[in-house]
Amino acid sequence: MAEIIQDIQEQEYLINMGPQHPSTHGVLRLVLSLRGETVLSVQPHCGYIHRGIEKMCERLTYQQIIHLTDRLDYLSAHINNHAVCMLVENALGVELPERVKYIRTIMDELARIASHQLWWCSFGMDLGALTAFFYGLRDREPILDIFEESTGGRLIQSYYTPGGLMKDIHPGFQKRVKDFIKMFRKKINEYDQLLSGNVIMTQRTQGIGILTEEEAISFGVTGPSGRGSGFECDIRKHHPYSLYNKVEFKEILRTEGDSFARYSVRMDEMRESLNIIEQLIDNIPAGDFSVKMKPVIKLPEGEYYQRVEAARGEFGVFISSKGEKYPYRVKLRSPNFSNLSALHSIAHGQKIADLVAIGASLDYVIPDIDR
Amino acid sequence: MNNEQLTAKILSFEPSAEVKDGLQYLTATVAFDKLHTLAKSLRESKDTNFDYLFCLTGMDYGDSLGVIYYLESTNLKHQLVLKIVCADKEKPVLDTVCDIWKTAEFLEREVFDLLGIDFNNHPDMRRIFLEEDWVGYPLRKDYSDNNIIVK
Repeated sequence: MAEIIQDIQEQEYLINMGPQHPSTHGVLRLVLSLRGETVLSVQPHCGYIHRGIEKMCERLTYQQIIHLTDRLDYLSAHINNHAVCMLVENALGVELPERVKYIRTIMDELARIASHQLWWCSFGMDLGALTAFFYGLRDREPILDIFEESTGGRLIQSYYTPGGLMKDIHPGFQKRVKDFIKMFRKKINEYDQLLSGNVIMTQRTQGIGILTEEEAISFGVTGPSGRGSGFECDIRKHHPYSLYNKVEFKEILRTEGDSFARYSVRMDEMRESLNIIEQLIDNIPAGDFSVKMKPVIKLPEGEYYQRVEAARGEFGVFISSKGEKYPYRVKLRSPNFSNLSALHSIAHGQKIADLVAIGASLDYVIPDIDR
Repeated sequence: MNNEQLTAKILSFEPSAEVKDGLQYLTATVAFDKLHTLAKSLRESKDTNFDYLFCLTGMDYGDSLGVIYYLESTNLKHQLVLKIVCADKEKPVLDTVCDIWKTAEFLEREVFDLLGIDFNNHPDMRRIFLEEDWVGYPLRKDYSDNNIIVK
């Protein structure tokens, strides 16, 4: 028996984690090479839910593309759509009413909070804290109700359209958002009490899964994961769009680069998002909720690129147009795909149980990887 | 650095480069065999310091294939677009840049998978999304599949 155990400790062996593993949060397969409990290498196998969205976009009009970018990172559906809409508007030189910019910025930030809430749920659950899961989902519900009331959709909304919004906000929108902010400011402190200082949680995340700043830049790890390593990559700050140059907010940075740093960046980011919404919610100007656009949009010939800050990092849309009603080529730069490429570098040398915590702290959404 | 200084710098690295200003980003086009040396100089020079590759996309131009690199410097805050066209459409090959920017390892595998551009010296040149035995490269304009693509 002792011999067998020693054998297992010394031998290198392969194990499949996923594609149906709860901690991969979707259909992602990781092939792990292990010695004992130590991870020697991680090889992600993607493509289980690849839908060929880039190819599909080549035969869709610009208004129709919105309905597919919703389905990339479905937790930042608004933000992905924002990128496509802004690209088209900038290419055509459309000037948007202030009202549209206000509503879009508020919706983006609500989507960011909802996304980080769901991340907090699953982060807790991956570490065995099931209460976090229930608390997070409970507090996310009001945001989904706000979305449903104004847009008709809870998860994916297709609310933005080139030139503005599909429909105006619900009359009760402002009150509901303010109620939510009041409620969530209290709850987020509760989150900290419940999980952030928990002994098991801190021991499993502090000093574990370290990504240096240099590697974060080289791997293109953006969003809260990159900022946990000290990489200043907030597009809202460095390439402001919509109203982000008019509101005051801090770019949250940590320099430790471990799982806990990525955790605390997201916690503080939720507070910053609440600040941004608070600055805007009372000042939404009256006016139109969209500009009249031609029914068939044709972008002038050329190549366009638009960057936005999605909940998980930098999202980019590249469109090459030949002046027709369909784009010639669409490329979607998804944050999760680049973040995934750093996984081996972060996880090798760690224990297999910590890989779950590392994966949770990187916050993958698989449809965004597989596009 | 502003665009004029960047243009001068790029031309000092690679005199044959074609630099175009006035587009969304400064755009440099170079021959496919100059890619790796130019990329390395752009990354390593203190004045340019392009340390962040934020997008890499393959292109099918119809009669040729190519790759577009979107670069940014995280401390100097300037951007550059690097455009490369492969010499041969039948056997498109480029040098890898994943020794310069590690993110390129996955991004180049994606380009190989969907457009069939091969990258020299890449440590792990396999398909990333599709099956190993998939026939053809779906993002090419001449790709046809009667079962999946509805015309």
